[in-house]
Amino acid sequence: MNSTTLSSSAAGIGSADSTPPRRNSKRPKYSRFSQQELPACKPILTPKWVIAAFLLIGAVFIPIGVFSLLASRDVVQIVNQYETDCIPEGSRTDKVGFIRGPQDKTCHRTLSIRRHMKQPIYVYYQLDNFYQNHRRYVKSRSDLQLRSPENEDETKSCQPEGTLNGTKAPIVPCGLIAWSLFNDTYEFSRNKRQLTVNKRGISWKSDRERKFGKNVYPKNFQNGTLQGGARLDSSKPLSEQEDLIVWMRTAALPTFRKLYGKIEVDLNPGDVIDVKLQNNYNTYSFNGKKKLVLSTTSWLGGKNDFIGIAYLSVGGLCFLLATIFTVIYFIKPRELGDPNYLSWNANPGDH
Amino acid sequence: MAGGRIRAKLRRSNLYTFACHRPHPTEEDKTDEIEGPGYSRIVHCNKPHIHEIKPLKYCTNYISTTKYNFLTFLPKAIFEQFRRVANLYFLLAAALSLTPVSPFGPMSMIAPLAFVVGLSMAKEALEDWRRFIQDMKVNLRKASVHKEGGVFGLKPWMKLRVGDIVKVEKDQFFPADLLLLSSSYEDGICYVETMNLDGETNLKVKRALEVTLSLDDDPTFEGFDATIRCEDPNPNLYTFVGKLDYNSRVHPLDPNQILLRDSKLRNTAYVYGVVIFTGHDSKVMQNATKSPSKRSRIEKQMDKIIYILFSFLVFISFISGVGFIVKTKNDLPHWWYLQVPDREGLFDPNKPLQSAFYHLVTALMLYGYLIPISLYVSIEVVKVLQAIFINQDLNMYDEESGTPAQARTSNLNEELGQVDTILSDKTGTLTCNQMDFLKCSIAGTAYGTRASDVELAAAKQMVMDMDGQGQNGNGNFSEKNGHEFAGPEIQLETVITSKDEDAINNKNPIKGFSFEDSRLMNGNWFKEPNENNILLFFRILSLCHTAIPEQNQETGVFTYEAESPDEGAFLVAAREFGFEFCKRTQSSVFVREKYPSSQEPTEREFKVLALLDFTSKRKRMSVIIRDEKDQILLLCKGADSIIFDRLSKNGRMYEEATRKHLNEYGEAGLRTLALAYKKLSEEEYSTWNDEFTKAKTSFGADREANLERVSDLMEKDLILVGATAVEDKLQKGVPQCIDKLAQAGLKIWVLTGDKMETAINIGFACSLLRQGMRQICISSNLDAIVQDCRQAAKEDILQQITNGTEMIKVEKDPHAAFALIIDGKTLTYALEDDMKHHFLNLAIECASVICCRVSPKQKALVTRLVKEGTGKITLAIGDGANDVGMIQEADIGVGISGCEGMQAVMASDFAIAEFQFLERLLVVHGHWCYKRIAQMICYFFYKNIAFGLTIFYFEAFAGFSGQSVYDDWYMLLFNVVLTSLPVISLGVFEQDVDSEVCLQFPALYQQGPKNLFFDWQRIFGWMANGLYTSLVIFFLNIVIFYDQAFRLEGQTADMVAVGTAMMTCVIWAVNVQIALTMSHFTWIQHFLISGSITMWYLFLLVYGEMAYSLRVNAFRVLIEILAPAPIYWSTTLLVTVLCNLPYLAHISFQRSFKPLDHHIIQEIKYSRKDIEDGHMWSRERSKARQKTKIGFTARVDAKIRQLKGRLQKKYSTMSTCHHPIGQQQT
Repeated sequence: MNSTTLSSSAAGIGSADSTPPRRNSKRPKYSRFSQQELPACKPILTPKWVIAAFLLIGAVFIPIGVFSLLASRDVVQIVNQYETDCIPEGSRTDKVGFIRGPQDKTCHRTLSIRRHMKQPIYVYYQLDNFYQNHRRYVKSRSDLQLRSPENEDETKSCQPEGTLNGTKAPIVPCGLIAWSLFNDTYEFSRNKRQLTVNKRGISWKSDRERKFGKNVYPKNFQNGTLQGGARLDSSKPLSEQEDLIVWMRTAALPTFRKLYGKIEVDLNPGDVIDVKLQNNYNTYSFNGKKKLVLSTTSWLGGKNDFIGIAYLSVGGLCFLLATIFTVIYFIKPRELGDPNYLSWNANPGDH
Repeated sequence: MAGGRIRAKLRRSNLYTFACHRPHPTEEDKTDEIEGPGYSRIVHCNKPHIHEIKPLKYCTNYISTTKYNFLTFLPKAIFEQFRRVANLYFLLAAALSLTPVSPFGPMSMIAPLAFVVGLSMAKEALEDWRRFIQDMKVNLRKASVHKEGGVFGLKPWMKLRVGDIVKVEKDQFFPADLLLLSSSYEDGICYVETMNLDGETNLKVKRALEVTLSLDDDPTFEGFDATIRCEDPNPNLYTFVGKLDYNSRVHPLDPNQILLRDSKLRNTAYVYGVVIFTGHDSKVMQNATKSPSKRSRIEKQMDKIIYILFSFLVFISFISGVGFIVKTKNDLPHWWYLQVPDREGLFDPNKPLQSAFYHLVTALMLYGYLIPISLYVSIEVVKVLQAIFINQDLNMYDEESGTPAQARTSNLNEELGQVDTILSDKTGTLTCNQMDFLKCSIAGTAYGTRASDVELAAAKQMVMDMDGQGQNGNGNFSEKNGHEFAGPEIQLETVITSKDEDAINNKNPIKGFSFEDSRLMNGNWFKEPNENNILLFFRILSLCHTAIPEQNQETGVFTYEAESPDEGAFLVAAREFGFEFCKRTQSSVFVREKYPSSQEPTEREFKVLALLDFTSKRKRMSVIIRDEKDQILLLCKGADSIIFDRLSKNGRMYEEATRKHLNEYGEAGLRTLALAYKKLSEEEYSTWNDEFTKAKTSFGADREANLERVSDLMEKDLILVGATAVEDKLQKGVPQCIDKLAQAGLKIWVLTGDKMETAINIGFACSLLRQGMRQICISSNLDAIVQDCRQAAKEDILQQITNGTEMIKVEKDPHAAFALIIDGKTLTYALEDDMKHHFLNLAIECASVICCRVSPKQKALVTRLVKEGTGKITLAIGDGANDVGMIQEADIGVGISGCEGMQAVMASDFAIAEFQFLERLLVVHGHWCYKRIAQMICYFFYKNIAFGLTIFYFEAFAGFSGQSVYDDWYMLLFNVVLTSLPVISLGVFEQDVDSEVCLQFPALYQQGPKNLFFDWQRIFGWMANGLYTSLVIFFLNIVIFYDQAFRLEGQTADMVAVGTAMMTCVIWAVNVQIALTMSHFTWIQHFLISGSITMWYLFLLVYGEMAYSLRVNAFRVLIEILAPAPIYWSTTLLVTVLCNLPYLAHISFQRSFKPLDHHIIQEIKYSRKDIEDGHMWSRERSKARQKTKIGFTARVDAKIRQLKGRLQKKYSTMSTCHHPIGQQQT
């Protein structure tokens, strides 16, 4: 009856001893894991280790810094800023009016080579104060549309450059990015002889092959009322429009360089390069600079002294720290695990 | 049960001398009270159906301690979840992510939130489900209820209604608050154990009204009809006001007739009762405080950090908003390529304020990474894993009862590492509530060679200390001599120890009897010089009590049902000595006495002429017996102080020796009683008896006083026989545990429902009190019913408190320790608003605090006072239902999941099988969990600041447009996959030192209460580190990938390439950081840290192949774009190193200049010095204890000081003696 079940829970005062039933099933299983006794390595920052670590970092960083710096020094680059010079004197008060006008925008620039430039020489255009990273701009594209013709109606994200003047005709490639494609052109000649600019292979291979469709052709592009940038050859598929492909990779910062082409001959010191450029692109509305850049590369890329200097500084800092620690341990050595530093020894009576 | 009616074999009510000839209750008193508000309850006995309809419909007997039910779970739990500000913020962000304002896709906001909230809610649901199951177990217990026509049947408890007649049998719990109608005893008394209510272990007598006594059989309830008018439900356990309208007469009721739910019927075959209060109306449930949801301090502090971060978030969003307005208004119209305004109005230069508002929302979402959403999930996961480790700890598994430790809520793991004050229940927590007869002193001779637990432990400690300090080497002269003095004593104690162990091995222990002395055992006492006194001593043991014998049918051995466990121990002792109490009748006690001269025991009858009850006020009890030789004897046992005051001139022969022994026993933590007797002549007795009878039959309020006075007349001119020492068996390892906890700097308060003397004895037993400690006893002598009396009582108590405080202030001796002892009645005043701070201030100054006779509610109030008054973390530990209030009130509640009911465990946050596991729970698990959680949270903030700020910087470069440099997926995975596992492994597996060392160096525990690892300095340090890291990561990457080609093939980096390179740096930097933070690497940590970094590259590989990445320019970002560029790798290396360089330098400097304790210990362990230089190791271990004033370490210290003092005195007297002698010689 119920009374028996209840009385079993009662530990009687004077009643006979009753050992509770053993429930060994509740016993936790022993494992080194569950008992938190897994073998562990417990590294300690001993003076030796600290100094060794700093020395090691220094020893690794300084050579890297030196090599980086050397590589950077090998790079030759020529920068030519032209946005003001390429506006005729008379139009400089109304640059925006000039650039939007129908006038001839050809402009001649000369570049003189001081150091030997080994081919390939990369030609870049550099824009300044151009916010390719603005959220409105970045989002204004349709990658689905670029890939295959079936998706050409995917223009929701492209407003107001999605469809042609409010009709349902989709623009391919749609969106502000494509629409504002850079349209200055450069022609180079050395001693009146044309230097060919190779515009193939300036974009990522995967972009050409996977992202921009081979059977997607520009459609209704730059036919709207809004005046944009470059026009595209509607007979060439997007995968071959490498300028567009490069442009569509939005830059991270408002100042950026983009690859224009490659000159595949060496340029020698003393060479004078004539550049015939079409100054079409409107950076004048927002006071953006335009630069033409010719540069060689090293294994590090372009001219980049910073990384070398940074490596050298960090390496130097590590050597400095190593020295400081060494001095400290000489002046005020502390024996490893010296119990005198325990709090109850250091300040007795503190508790 | 209907037919099987158990008749009590014994009716013994008239033994209760105070009870016999009870005055008939008169009607005039109290009836007036039972009108008006607060006394509106009407109970129609035996007509429960009346109580099913209004207005007499009272609540059912169903109890529920759950937080939710099926319907309320969803809304309530969701509400609980969104009370966390961070969750609310994320909810808002998730809602907004569906609008175009959002900088990310909606999934990346909603998924993590749903995960976080879902996980937490699932945990809540599981916990509540467990509570529900537990409740149902209680609700479905069966009770025997009167159905109809005198037939009783079983019903589940929850079905009981007010007015039901229930029959409760021996050892059953009362299912509701009952009015006692009758019992198996003729005069309607019954014995009740109220352990679950107030923790008191002695049985209480309840008495039915005389008018209802006839209702003692099932059929008599047919047609029984009565009405009870009484007070409304209230939490007061010790009062009851009501009246019973029966047979058209009104009878007043008092607490004596009330049987409370959750108490248990003992020593009585059955009782009948009427249900008065059911379910949540019952007193015990009224006493239950709502179980609060507890949050740890660290979490609360974390909330503050989140507020700070949130303000920071708003601040940078505001900056971003201002930047946005400037850009939008001034520049955007010129940026023809943007074609503003857009359709949604997000970038409208003509309405900059509207756009700015949208932008602010965007920014708030964008910088949401500053507030780590995954923090809560990670902490939850970590805590659950930590809890599993606690549950799995074999060192906290009790083999005997088969119960492992159980972390019932995982919210408070780290709180375990910061406890400052422990409030402990006594019975069942510190003690097993089992008394062992251990020693006695008869006629000035001490018997009993076995040492008490306390002595054993102290001896061990002393030996250990000797070793430790002896090796110290630079001990000065006096110290050495101190040891010489202490030496013999220790040797003695160790001898005892070893002997004792032998004894245990050889003999089958008898419960309640641990006495060991061949001089008394086996009839050898007959050969002792004082055999007459010894005989008398044994007789007192076997006669002076109120117990009932019960013979075991199989073995024939008698066991005893006694009011208090002490008495049981005495009877067992008497039995073992050969004086077996075997039978009790109405008027006599039969004892089988065994003498060494004869083999067979002779049964003797002693007529009991009078029995003077034990009350806590009298502190003694006596019987007057007539033996077979017609001699009348008064046998008395009582508190030593009381007995010594009542000795006759010639009865003091052994006083001095006995006093000395009593002191020793007290020191050994034993409960002592003095035994005395006196012979009475026939006339003496009869004159006194006349008066006594008169007093007994008198009426009115002064009856008790009269009786007391008369008893007093009799109990004087006694002759001292001896004293007993009973060990209130402490639970295993309790003194050691208390000692260790005290060494770890914890304060321990004892709150007990027991009597003051008992509490003090236990205080001695577990070394909370010791000889030479100044006791400040605060008690109120005034009976405070009337208002002005109250005022006087309060003033009196305030005076006592002030005196105590003064006393402590004046005290010069740095070693002086004070103990505060206060009783429950006094505490009611002391806890009033105007007094409590005085009381608390005094209590804090005292080394130990003992509160006796406290009600459950008071326990909770004291806990609250300590918690709120000191602002420190309190831990309450207890085992019974009476501890529930304090367990819930304390920051951490620990339940003992031993033998008693489950209420305490149910209310607790952690359950352990024995008190001794508390040490490991706090010192090992608490210490680890605290450090783990603290480091983990700091790191979390660091990592999210480091990451979140890069987003902000980038936005500033993106015209404040709300563009993020990172891909949505990078951001989503950053918290969930890429950096979460190492930080979880930090939170779960980190160990600064191993568990062994934690236990050996209790001082390390103090790092928690001092909050060394989660103070603002440290938190801001980590935040600054995060800021620095974000700056390094962002600007280095920006400068390096600025405009130049980053590959040999001349390509420049686009946004995705920069973002990915930057993200790589973030992943590396934070993972290297966590590796530097950890000091304990198992394969798991190695695996998870390197795994996280590998995971990033793997992710990039896989992501780069997925078609989705074509849409976000991330196609083959690693293999085609970044990996072939050396600059990508060298940037990662440079940034990672530079990010962690300051931290590395910082910890190296810290280690060399300001090493913390655990650093040194790590180094000692690392260089294996602890093995090579064992002396140093054990010396440091002994030094690592906090200076304590309690525990046996303190006791030993005090002893050594005392000996030293004595030695110095001796030395100085010696030197003064020497001097003249020297002079004589010259």
